[in-house]
Amino acid sequence: MVPGDLRYTKDHEWIRVEGDEALVGITEYAADQLGDIVFVELPDVGRALDAHATFGVVESVKAVSDLYAPIGGEVVATNDALSGRPELVNDDPYGEGWMLRVRLADAAQAEGLLDAAAYEQLIAEG
Amino acid sequence: MTQSPLPVATPTPLLDRHEALGARVIEFAGWQMPVSYAGIIEEHRAVRQAAGLFDLSHMGELVVEGPEAGAGLAAALVSDPPSLAVGRAQYSMICATDGGILDDLIVYRVAPERFMVVANAGNARVVSDTLAERLAGKAAVLDDRSLATGLVAIQGPRSVAILQPLTDVDLGSIRYYGIADGTVAGIPASIARTGYTGEDGFELFVDVHRTGDAWDAVLEAGRPAGLVPVGLGARDTLRLEAGMPLYGNELDRSTNPYEAGLGRVVKLDKQGDFAGRAALEKVAREGPGRRLAGLVVRGRGIARHGYPVLDADGRTGEVTSGTMSPTLGDAIAMAYVAPDQVEPGTMLDVEIREARVPAEVVSLPFYRRPA
Repeated sequence: MVPGDLRYTKDHEWIRVEGDEALVGITEYAADQLGDIVFVELPDVGRALDAHATFGVVESVKAVSDLYAPIGGEVVATNDALSGRPELVNDDPYGEGWMLRVRLADAAQAEGLLDAAAYEQLIAEG
Repeated sequence: MTQSPLPVATPTPLLDRHEALGARVIEFAGWQMPVSYAGIIEEHRAVRQAAGLFDLSHMGELVVEGPEAGAGLAAALVSDPPSLAVGRAQYSMICATDGGILDDLIVYRVAPERFMVVANAGNARVVSDTLAERLAGKAAVLDDRSLATGLVAIQGPRSVAILQPLTDVDLGSIRYYGIADGTVAGIPASIARTGYTGEDGFELFVDVHRTGDAWDAVLEAGRPAGLVPVGLGARDTLRLEAGMPLYGNELDRSTNPYEAGLGRVVKLDKQGDFAGRAALEKVAREGPGRRLAGLVVRGRGIARHGYPVLDADGRTGEVTSGTMSPTLGDAIAMAYVAPDQVEPGTMLDVEIREARVPAEVVSLPFYRRPA
C-alpha cells in the first residue's frame, strides 16, 4: 500500500515534508522491483542537491539504479544504518529504510510532486 | 507492464508453473525464463544449505550420432570426446579458427556412437550451424533436440536424498560428470551429475512434454527437505561464487580458452587437426595476453560487468562479472587483467562511478563446498 501522507516522483522516490525539512526514500514498489538490495551509496552531509539530480545509487544483487532528488535542498543527514543493513530498504522502505534528510530550498516544490492516488495510478499502469 | 512487440521470446515449457509460483519472468537469450521467485539471496542460500530446483529448458541439446560422431566432434571442438567412456561427460568449447570461443559446452557420451552436446541457449543456433558445417562429410548425423528436450536441475547438498527415492537409478553410481538413463517419478530421464552452482546435484533431461510432471514431482518430494525453485538470478550468483565462467561475460568470440584460465580444456595432444588448433597452439606457446582473475572489493561498492580495472599506470583490464556474494558477504568479481597481475594478494583498483576502489586478487573459486 502507498502511504497517503507522502509525496512521490515518477522515479519512485518518496518524500515526507516535516516543516522546512523532508525525509527521502524509495517506494516499496521500487524496492520490490529491484529485489534484494545489497548496497546503498548516499551523498555526504552538507551537499546541496538540485531537484531531479542524482544523489546516489541503490544496488540489488543484479542491478545498479540511480537515485534522484525529488526536490532541491541541502543534505542534513543520511541513514547510516543502510551501510551495514541495506536490506532495510526492502524490509521497511517508508520507515527504517529512509535515505536522506534534506533542508528544503523551497517547500512549495513538494506540492508539484505526485500525491498517493496519482502515484498508485502510475504503478498500476506499470 | 506493457508487452514488448518483437521478437516473441519462446516460453519455457514450465512457464505456467513459474507463474503459479509467483516468479518474476524475464526474456533471456530469446526465452521467457524465471529470474527469481522468493528473492535471489534466499534462493541462493537454499542451494548452498539444502537444495534448489532450476528450469534450464532453454539450454540447447544437440545429439551427434554415427560411426564417426566421436571423430567428428574431436575435429570440431577443442576437447577430445572419443576419450570419454560411455556414461561420462567433459567440459568443452567450440572455437573459431582464430581461437575465439563460440560457446562453452558439456559433451556427454550417452552411447558408443552417440554424444549429446549441451550448449548455452543464446549460442545454440551458432553451435548447431557450426557443428553441421564441421561434421559435413563425416558418418555422423546432427539432430538439434533443443525444443524437444526439457531440462530440470536439482542442486545442493540434499540433492541425493531428495532425488534417490524418485528414481530407479542408484545415484551413488553416477560420479561427478557422469550420466545414466533411468526414470524420475516414472518419467524417462537422462540423469547427469553436472551443474553450475558449485554444489553437488543432478541435471535431468526429459521429453519436453513430461518436463512439467518431472518438475512437479521433484519439487513436491523436496519441499519438506528445504528444496525451493531457483531462478536465473541466483544461478548467476551461485556460478560466480563457484568461479564458473558465463558466456557473454567471461567468454566470448574475442576471448580464447587460455585467457579464461581454461587451457586444460584444450587437448593439443589429441590426434588430428581441429578447428582453432594452430591459433591455440600459438597462444599456448607464447602465453595469453591477459588473464582472468578473481577479485574481492576491499573498499565500498560493487564491481560490475564492464567496470575498468586500474593499476598505478592506469587501465589494466575490465570486470566481466561482479556481485555482492550472498555466501561471503563481500563484493566479488571476475576480471581480465595483465598476465602478471593474477597472483593472489595483488592489489588493484576497480573504477566504480569515477572513484578508485581497492580490490584484491584472490584465487578462484571464491567458494568451495565443504568436503
